[in-house]
Amino acid sequence: MTTTTTHVAAQGNAPAPRTFVRQLDAAPPVRPVDRVRTGSSTATDRIVGIGSAVAAIALGWVICFQLLPWGSPLGFVLVTFVLYLLIVTVTTTAISPGPAVADRVAAAAITGGAAAVGIALASTIVFIFVRAAPALPHLNMYTQDMAGVGPRDPLTKGGFFHAIVGTLIEIGIAVAVTVPLALGAAVYMTEVGGGFARLIRTVVEAMTALPSIVAGLFIYTVLLLGLGLPRSGFAAAMALSVMMLPIIARAAEVVLRVVPGGLREASLALGASRWRTVWSVVLPTARPGLATALILGVARGIGETSPVLLTSGATTFLVINPFEVQMNSLPLFVFSTVRSGETLFIQRGFAAAAMLLALVLGLFALARFLARPRGRR
Amino acid sequence: MNGTQVVADRTADSAPDVPRPISRKPTGADRIFVLGTRSVGASVLAVTGGIAVFLAVQAVPTIKHYGLSFFTENRWAPDQGQVGIAGALLGTFTVAFVAMSFAFPLALTTALYISEYAPGRIKSFLVSMVDLMAAVPSIIYGLWGAYLMQPLAGDLARWLNAYLGWMPWFHVNSDPHAAQWQALQYSSSAFIAGIAVAMMVLPMAAAVMREVFSQTPIGEREGALALGATRWGVIRSVVLPFGKGGVIGGTMLGMGRALGETIAVLLIISPSFDLKFRPLEIGTETVSALIAGRFAEASSVQLRALLTAGFVLFLITLVINTFAAMVVSRSRSGAGTDL
Repeated sequence: MTTTTTHVAAQGNAPAPRTFVRQLDAAPPVRPVDRVRTGSSTATDRIVGIGSAVAAIALGWVICFQLLPWGSPLGFVLVTFVLYLLIVTVTTTAISPGPAVADRVAAAAITGGAAAVGIALASTIVFIFVRAAPALPHLNMYTQDMAGVGPRDPLTKGGFFHAIVGTLIEIGIAVAVTVPLALGAAVYMTEVGGGFARLIRTVVEAMTALPSIVAGLFIYTVLLLGLGLPRSGFAAAMALSVMMLPIIARAAEVVLRVVPGGLREASLALGASRWRTVWSVVLPTARPGLATALILGVARGIGETSPVLLTSGATTFLVINPFEVQMNSLPLFVFSTVRSGETLFIQRGFAAAAMLLALVLGLFALARFLARPRGRR
Repeated sequence: MNGTQVVADRTADSAPDVPRPISRKPTGADRIFVLGTRSVGASVLAVTGGIAVFLAVQAVPTIKHYGLSFFTENRWAPDQGQVGIAGALLGTFTVAFVAMSFAFPLALTTALYISEYAPGRIKSFLVSMVDLMAAVPSIIYGLWGAYLMQPLAGDLARWLNAYLGWMPWFHVNSDPHAAQWQALQYSSSAFIAGIAVAMMVLPMAAAVMREVFSQTPIGEREGALALGATRWGVIRSVVLPFGKGGVIGGTMLGMGRALGETIAVLLIISPSFDLKFRPLEIGTETVSALIAGRFAEASSVQLRALLTAGFVLFLITLVINTFAAMVVSRSRSGAGTDL
């Protein structure tokens, strides 16, 4: 109170420049009303949701394991989910009007569907690694080939080193063939344009529909039977190239097309030639996108079994030469070991599958990393 | 007068004025650039188009030799002179149909969840998870289907047969209520292969749908919300009508992929050429699995028949993909990404 009085007194005497001090003794400022948070769930919603879930699980258990002979894990999950939707409908009807009920049920169904997909993906990855677990710790899996390994030999003998090398050689050749062609064609389609470019685009787009097994059969007929080449890593690489070429070309074209036209025009307006514009403006701008397109194409190619199945043949030993002899690769190794029916071979197959999966996950992480905006790297 | 004189003088002692030739023809490095990329484009065209032409040419003698029975005969018994893809085509469509009946609702809910329900922080993470799911090799899904899902799906198939077996497509020739039910009869079926294939096509369909959903005009969303719509109301009245093309197109793209899937199907099914639509029962055959299984011991005539089967598969996929692309592109607004 004192501050205020002196203030007033000073005002009365000298109308000089003054400093305002917040009135400490006045009523405390009214706190602004909390913003109404839309879209988030209230406590009631949460309680209803949790209660319905518990009820659904309990009722599902009773139905599946006590009343009816439906006691399989998948059946239990499905029954519980359907029950959950029903119970949510009933409980929400009791406390909310019609539109809210539809909203709640739709939310439960959509979230449930998305969760099912997440569970399926997680179960795939976990399942492969769990089944591979007995074989994975043995170092020889990664350093030895299968030469002379019999069906009864323990997991400490043999491995899939030859398959890893084969995969890398095949995909390396395929990338070396595919990338210049795909990139060149994509540049032609976006930067030069014209009727011929439209024709190429149409055909390339159509050929992405080519099933990979047909690509393999094509190479098998033309290169192996027609030209008499032996089954080899090179033939497999050609089959992979034929499969990957339209995919990468199309992805690269999409990436180049979203480079802003303003950048191109600015470069041309500064006097750069078209070639300079492509080399110094368009390609650098699109580089992260191109890298992603390429890596995803490679990930697709690495995991593709059917073209390789037709063209490369399978060996049990390490092969470096891609031209003369048959060559194994990871997907083919997985396929042939799993098909053999021998328990230990199947375990080796799962280990190779885990290796393949890890390879694809690694490539995928790399693609994500490259695709990130530059500032956040 | 004077000025004219000057001009006249100038023209007199130099060449007459002619307009500078303007040409859009590239020169120097540009010429090489255009020619180089054009030749690369031409070779890509030759390679990719060559495959289609080659397949088409190979198909002619086969169709001539077997006639229409190539499409109506269900058995593939080249030794007895009977070669037909009716059985394999039916199997291909059965597997694809099962795959889509799982993949469509799951892809739709996943896409809706990511675009409408997921919290902003994890949205991009979920998007890349869907992309990751698309990158997982098909043989991995084949192993998943053959070893993990087979027993579970067998139980489900028996349940469907027991309670809905009166519908012909859920029927299996086996007594579901027997004390010792024949698990074998429910294994290696188009149903289980379809589940594995669904995992492959689901991310593809979901990615297309999500992309289209995320382009829903924000103003229309807000308009619906301002009128009092719930979140589901917004989805039903704005997002789904706007994204209808994406939903149809994404589903068809997935369908196209499902038709050509080989290795997962080959791992799971046991071959059978019966003309039947009982997906839950053991035994089916798809065109791609037929090729993978028969190419090794095929004579040149049989190989041509296999190539023809592959060509038919390619044509079907092509038609579906083209239709899908048309639907998707028509549904999008023409907004560009220019600066």
